[in-house]
Amino acid sequence: MIVASPKSVTELKNLIARHGKVLFVGCGTCVTVCLAGGEREVGIASYAVRMARKIEGKPLELTQATIERQCENEFIKDLAEPAAKADAIVSFGCGAGVQAIAERFPDKPVYAGLNTQFLGILEEQAVWTEKCMGCGDCMLAEFGGVCPVTRCAKRMLNGPCGGSTETHCEVDAERPCAWQLIYTRLQNIGELDRLDRIVPPKDWSAAWHGGARKVVRKEHRV
Amino acid sequence: MSQSNDWEPEIIAFCCNYCAYAAADLAGSKRMQYPASVRIIHAPCTGKIEMEHILEAFVKGVDGILVAGCLEGGCHFLEGNLRARKRTDRIREMLEEIGVGGARLKMVNLSAAMAPTFVESVQEIVKTVKALGPSPLKETKQLESVGKI
Repeated sequence: MIVASPKSVTELKNLIARHGKVLFVGCGTCVTVCLAGGEREVGIASYAVRMARKIEGKPLELTQATIERQCENEFIKDLAEPAAKADAIVSFGCGAGVQAIAERFPDKPVYAGLNTQFLGILEEQAVWTEKCMGCGDCMLAEFGGVCPVTRCAKRMLNGPCGGSTETHCEVDAERPCAWQLIYTRLQNIGELDRLDRIVPPKDWSAAWHGGARKVVRKEHRV
Repeated sequence: MSQSNDWEPEIIAFCCNYCAYAAADLAGSKRMQYPASVRIIHAPCTGKIEMEHILEAFVKGVDGILVAGCLEGGCHFLEGNLRARKRTDRIREMLEEIGVGGARLKMVNLSAAMAPTFVESVQEIVKTVKALGPSPLKETKQLESVGKI
């Protein structure tokens, strides 16, 4: 899922400083699961921003709405009514959600209420870790299901660097060394021979370095 | 902030059923005195008190909030009081950032037998809030005496 973290109350307050009627929009998918932009978090942010504005002597007319997915027009259209009454919208979705709403409401200022971080998983209660950077050319099969492109700070494709300790990364002593994980995993599944093959330089043309990407699936087009 | 001495803050005490509420009851039975400006809200557990409940109270202009839960390790639901502690800590940070003042929110841990601790906690938060003055979120009525003399 997409993992995001909330902006501070001060940041939110500053974002909407010039507006009197604002709509806060939550998203019921990834950011709800990562406790950043769901209905509850939008509610808490609303209380905080209302308090901050009241103290400044500029009371805020604030409405809240949470839709199932901000990244799909099918759901965004439910916002038409509350959006029409607001001067501006703060989206508590990921960056994709914010932009989808901005496209749908071209005459409204739309702001991001979250900082979108990465594609990751829930490691333990309220701890998320990055697992995928969406490079567009998945090599996980080569590495026993552990991604060195995302999880190795140096993106090494042919074994660990010289700086790692036996288990941890030299860049962050608390982060496990991806290559140690790869070795252990391949050993456990009896596929250590995969390491004999030299992995050629990665084809980065499928990654975002060439600009925003697009996926078209002809078989599903109507 | 300068306040007249007779100003009494509005304080809400969220009290856990298994400890603080019983402690408050015991304090009453023992005829122990504590400020009458405190309104007690009976909660099944401090873990049931959501951040929204506390924030809503502050938005409505309450001057201070006391969250009173069981001693650590003594929660009837195992860890409700520990969760409440984390939530109150987070709200205190937010109140500080917003400018309401984190000291307006306090959490205490006590047992059902600790009536004196309950009374002391109430007296302490009343004293703290009195020193801070009314909540900046309180709707104030314009006094007739305000203006040019």
